[in-house]
Amino acid sequence: MDLKLGHYEKDGIEVVDVEGEIDVYTAPRLRELLIDLVNKKNYQLVVNMEKVEFLDSTGLGVLVGGLKRVRAHDGSLDLVCTQERILKIFRITGLTKVFGIHNSVDEAIAERKADR
Amino acid sequence: MATVEVAFTPLPAHVRTARLIATAVARRSGVDESVLDEVRLAVGEACSRAVEAHRVHCPQQPIRVALTGDGERFEVVVTDAAPAVEPVPAGAARPASDTVIDGLAVIAGLADDVRIGAAGPGTSISMSWKQRVPPA
Repeated sequence: MDLKLGHYEKDGIEVVDVEGEIDVYTAPRLRELLIDLVNKKNYQLVVNMEKVEFLDSTGLGVLVGGLKRVRAHDGSLDLVCTQERILKIFRITGLTKVFGIHNSVDEAIAERKADR
Repeated sequence: MATVEVAFTPLPAHVRTARLIATAVARRSGVDESVLDEVRLAVGEACSRAVEAHRVHCPQQPIRVALTGDGERFEVVVTDAAPAVEPVPAGAARPASDTVIDGLAVIAGLADDVRIGAAGPGTSISMSWKQRVPPA
């Protein structure tokens, strides 16, 4: 399956919906979207990965790149993911300590708002 | 002799094809269903790494993938023809602003056994997993 991307604003936070496979072929599209959102001054991001079927190290690099970009503006990039197959690569690479990983979009937004 | 051998031009779109073939052959060879995701991810990492190296050093050369199930172990060998120079220069295939996650470290975390060696001018990455049920 290819990659489908969408985004919407909720409670002042931009939610990015990702569906499909994030790999060396499709990751550039996610990178472009994250860069575009940051360029439009969206510095509070939640990336919903509940419909992601595959994620490799290229995709991880794009997510870390997005995190660095929003943090440069004192922003945040949280993830929503409950799939064990996707969480495993975050654990292998130690990135569970870098990202806030949540069970739902609502939970991610609530915790981010509580931190404000 | 490998059960299946694949050669593909170094284009990112073909990495998915290599992943699908690896998963299908692993399943056919009797690799446990719970391990198929690991095979898919590890093969994808090795092929992605090879594609990026080829795009810099030898875009006309194919990348080769050999998949073998001998009844005890399922082995995948990904062989590239690019000079063994790490890392791929920033800006070649990924923007310098991206953080580069070490694909080899990911592979090491996924496969039961990993061996990396020279293969002509390039590198071969051999990954293997135990076969837990007799092949179909």
